[in-house]
Amino acid sequence: MTHDAASPPYLQVDDLRVRFNTADGEVRAVDGVSFGLQRGRTLGIVGESGSGKSVTSLAVMGLHDPARTRITGGISLGGRQLVGLSDGEMRKLRGRDVAMIFQDPLSALHPFYTVGRQLVEAYRTHHPEASKAQARKRAVDMLDRVGIPQPDRRFAQYPHEFSGGMRQRVMIAMSLMNDPALLIADEPTTALDVTVQAQILDLLADLQREFHSAIVLITHDLGVVSQVADEVLVMYGGRAVEHGTVAQVMRGPQHPYTWGLLASIPSLHGDPEVDLKPIKGNPPSLINVPSGCAFHPRCAYAMKPEPCAAQVPQLLAVQADGHRVACHLPEQQRIDIYTDEIAHVGVAQ
Amino acid sequence: MSEALLKVRGLTKHFAVRQGATGAKASVRAVDGLDFDVHAGETLGLVGESGCGKTTTGRMLVRLLEPTAGSIEFQGRDITTLGRRAMRPLRQDLQIIFQDPYSSLNPRHTVGKIVAMPLEVNGIKPAGGVKARVQELLELVGLNPEHYNRFPHEFSGGQRQRIGIARALALRPKLIVADEPVSALDVSIQAQVVNLLRELQRELDLAFVFIAHDLAIVRHFSRRVAVMYLGKVVEIGDRADIYERPRHPYTKALLSAVPDVTAFGEQRQRIRLTGDVPTPLNPPSGCRFRTRCWKAQDVCAAEEPPLIAREGSAQQVACHFPEAVGVTSEHVSEVAA
Repeated sequence: MTHDAASPPYLQVDDLRVRFNTADGEVRAVDGVSFGLQRGRTLGIVGESGSGKSVTSLAVMGLHDPARTRITGGISLGGRQLVGLSDGEMRKLRGRDVAMIFQDPLSALHPFYTVGRQLVEAYRTHHPEASKAQARKRAVDMLDRVGIPQPDRRFAQYPHEFSGGMRQRVMIAMSLMNDPALLIADEPTTALDVTVQAQILDLLADLQREFHSAIVLITHDLGVVSQVADEVLVMYGGRAVEHGTVAQVMRGPQHPYTWGLLASIPSLHGDPEVDLKPIKGNPPSLINVPSGCAFHPRCAYAMKPEPCAAQVPQLLAVQADGHRVACHLPEQQRIDIYTDEIAHVGVAQ
Repeated sequence: MSEALLKVRGLTKHFAVRQGATGAKASVRAVDGLDFDVHAGETLGLVGESGCGKTTTGRMLVRLLEPTAGSIEFQGRDITTLGRRAMRPLRQDLQIIFQDPYSSLNPRHTVGKIVAMPLEVNGIKPAGGVKARVQELLELVGLNPEHYNRFPHEFSGGQRQRIGIARALALRPKLIVADEPVSALDVSIQAQVVNLLRELQRELDLAFVFIAHDLAIVRHFSRRVAVMYLGKVVEIGDRADIYERPRHPYTKALLSAVPDVTAFGEQRQRIRLTGDVPTPLNPPSGCRFRTRCWKAQDVCAAEEPPLIAREGSAQQVACHFPEAVGVTSEHVSEVAA
């Protein structure tokens, strides 16, 4: 990215591949994804169910079951290689250097323990020298910092005593207990109402300014991405199909799948009488990914059989600095199609 | 205007619950006195956040829930207290599509049987036979009629929602209550289903009550929109009025909270509501929105504002201090503390 090109990315993912063995065959959940992210920046990973966006983030957290998962490629965090680390080594990093916020805070928090106890545990795991009183103070401070009123009293309450939005704040407080340099948020606001979602997104942006962490935000909601992310990675069928700044991807998208997403979502401002332009068909099965470009069976512009159905397109740089697209169509043709056919439909308008 | 197809007056649903260790009786006031009309062939959108009562309302409209008070008039006939048997012929005209395309289809029945069920239950023998009618319906919703003998698990989420729509259409209804019909679907599939519903509406002159939390989808699909908060309609009006000239503070806040791709890069004035929606077990006195409203005064706690049209506008708003007519949403100046 053009931004502060001198500083190396904190998170660097290189040709990541994640495969699962199932009774039905091998699932290629992530199939060669590469990206880098600096501290202080937010990357939105966008895709539909089965695109590999959550699997990518779980690989960074080292949360896959090694018995049935094969991970190859590189994941480097602050210069340290994570792929191949033992469970014990990964446990030292998890929560301290990289923390995660899940979609559903009710199932991510233990129902049987007070939130205070869970926060204290998160802190003392990585700060064994800290006294209980110090850990408690840290927990109350963090609850206060994420905007929970009466943090002293709330410290002693159980997860079920919090509303959905407040529970997500507890999750965020817990993820920040050890000042992680990388925060992964997997659909952090999907379960929340829109007015509460706005509060949580504002909070994440504030905290990022304060802690200068890198954030990976996984979501299916392009609106959320456009509001909080600096960069966007669009995934389809386990691969990255487009990567660039939010401005590049939202204002001048070059991959037909990204066009499809933008033309599928109604806008709050466009002409409501104009029909949406959905992507035909269904997302692919990851056990039997289509040959060549995984999107070609649903792509209105695919050149078949060659090259779209035969060769996997590489994620290549386009003219705009830092913008990368994996599509066989020539760049000028992509720009023309977007301008002529897509730019006036749905939120793309 | 012609006589309304559906007339709802004072519709109310309170659920009895027991609270705390003593088991004291209390009631959840899920829906608390709704008035609205739906005309033939039009769509009324119901929007609001979780707990506002929109789903409960939808279920009462098709009599899956018994209202506590109020009346529902369909085609000029009061159906509020009709028994099962008396309701049956009306069910032909009044159908529902559910949110979850997984739990709303019987996994042991074939698609053919699922779509034929309304015909069978109502003892209808279509000319040309049940199978031909079912295949016609499958084709209408964009499914392969050859898949008549398949089971729900063989279909994707979007296809299952199409099966639910085919079932709702089997009796040629006049009104369909669609409760979050696309929120369980992926973005690209949502658009397919929304387009399908719009096509069917144009072809079959269907009226819809379209229930959703997604404001952009409701705007895309509904001519008129009612905004609900804690069991009340706080504002109702034409789409353009609600979205371009909202008069209730809650409507304005709701619209400004939507993360909108088109607003990317612009510095919008945003209204940030603090706190959460209060519990419907013990809703605030007076105006229920006052605890989160930046305009609230003493009168808001003392008196409940009626839902009325003001100053020659058809848009109805329940607020003691509504926005002036003619103020567009672009001119928002208040920012909540």
